Amino acid sequence: MPASETIEGTAHLNFEEFSQGDSLLHQADPRIKVIMAAAFAGTVAMNQSFKVLLASLVVASVLIALARLERQEVSRRLFVVNGFVALLWLILPFTFPGSPLFSLGPLTATHEGVRYTAAITLRTNAIILATIALLGTSSVFQLIHALRHLRIPIKLVQIFFFCYRYISVIEQEYHRLHNAMRVRCFRPRTSIHTYKSYAYLVGMLLIKSYEHSQRVYQAMLCRGFRGEYPVYRHFHLQRRDLLYLATMGIILAGLVVLGNVG
Amino acid sequence: MHISEGVLSPPVLIAGGVLAVAGVTAGLKQTETDQIPKVAVLSSAFFVASLIHVPVGPTSMHLVLNGITGLLLGWAAFPAIFVGLALQAILFQFGGLTTLGVNTFNMAFPAVLCFYLFSPLLRRENRSWNVTAGVASGVLAILMSALLIGLSLVFTGQSFLRVAQIAVVAHTPIMVVEGILTGFCVLFLKKVKPELLVPSSSRRRDTS
Repeated sequence: MPASETIEGTAHLNFEEFSQGDSLLHQADPRIKVIMAAAFAGTVAMNQSFKVLLASLVVASVLIALARLERQEVSRRLFVVNGFVALLWLILPFTFPGSPLFSLGPLTATHEGVRYTAAITLRTNAIILATIALLGTSSVFQLIHALRHLRIPIKLVQIFFFCYRYISVIEQEYHRLHNAMRVRCFRPRTSIHTYKSYAYLVGMLLIKSYEHSQRVYQAMLCRGFRGEYPVYRHFHLQRRDLLYLATMGIILAGLVVLGNVG
Repeated sequence: MHISEGVLSPPVLIAGGVLAVAGVTAGLKQTETDQIPKVAVLSSAFFVASLIHVPVGPTSMHLVLNGITGLLLGWAAFPAIFVGLALQAILFQFGGLTTLGVNTFNMAFPAVLCFYLFSPLLRRENRSWNVTAGVASGVLAILMSALLIGLSLVFTGQSFLRVAQIAVVAHTPIMVVEGILTGFCVLFLKKVKPELLVPSSSRRRDTS
């Protein structure tokens, strides 16, 4: 292997970079945050009015400001999401029927098309920002715990827990196997050999993680696991959590009214 | 493979949500408690697959693996894929909260279909049938998902037709790759750990 090439992947992926912090939103009850995120996303997704979408983008930006997250990382994520939106901008303004705005060769962009695409852009960004601000500020385990309180079936909650636990295990195993292939001079190309090697890699990954999960599960059963996870840090609903919930309710009601008036 | 937040129309989002809830409920009902780790492992594998990039010509694409998820899990593919997608939405904002239902259905329904069509072939002790089952489910799962994604877009608005066509065509290379990959993967599993190929929803415990 050339010296310039490094063996990557030994560092552990950090999925929860936003969950550390002491802002208002970090301290809020995860149950309240899950409800707020779902209600906000639902309301915004159902709305077509331009004014409402602008207003919800403002609300989402306020939430992001309240969460006091690292700006760079937030913009990086927005950038990724807006890649798809950019693709829509290349096509939708020209395929949407309506009064012509400008022409590029044989293509004609319409007023309605530009408006429609702009609405999608606002909607996407508003929901994404709110999701980051509300859900990113809790750890995944807190969120899953919150789901349990919100009456999600226990089997689904267990799949969530185990799945999240095994993502890092499988990810590390993948890098271990991949590095083992690379030290044996494996070079990924567009060839049957490459796909075959990746197929065996995936197969090995599945078997190893399956066996690992079986061992862990049996060990859990031996220690009296009955499907419930004992929790020592319980959620405590505080007055300010109810205040957040009420504020969000009023804002959403306001958005709906604004949509019906305008 | 994901449709992101804010694009689809409310009727499509709601229809997707209802279908996904039905599928997840059916999947959970068929999952015995002792099968939960297996479903969860497949769920995390589905999540990690999106981080594995394989070369396709000059670019690379990430794996999807919904075909093999279907073959291994049957109806339990619904909860597995739902959880994988939910975590991707929360952690990286791939897909999204409101599109979770649509995305789950678009990827899990083809998986379940592959299970019904091809998993009987896996039980035969004949390598060529096994490979056929693997290749066919790899190809069909991606093809169906791409078509469903296209349909979701077209149902949102006729003007999405072009976008939908591009989305379907863009899936062709990964369709071929997943077909080859799933074929080999099935052979490998059959040789190394055949009990993994028995879907969780069709196995009943014979000892108590």
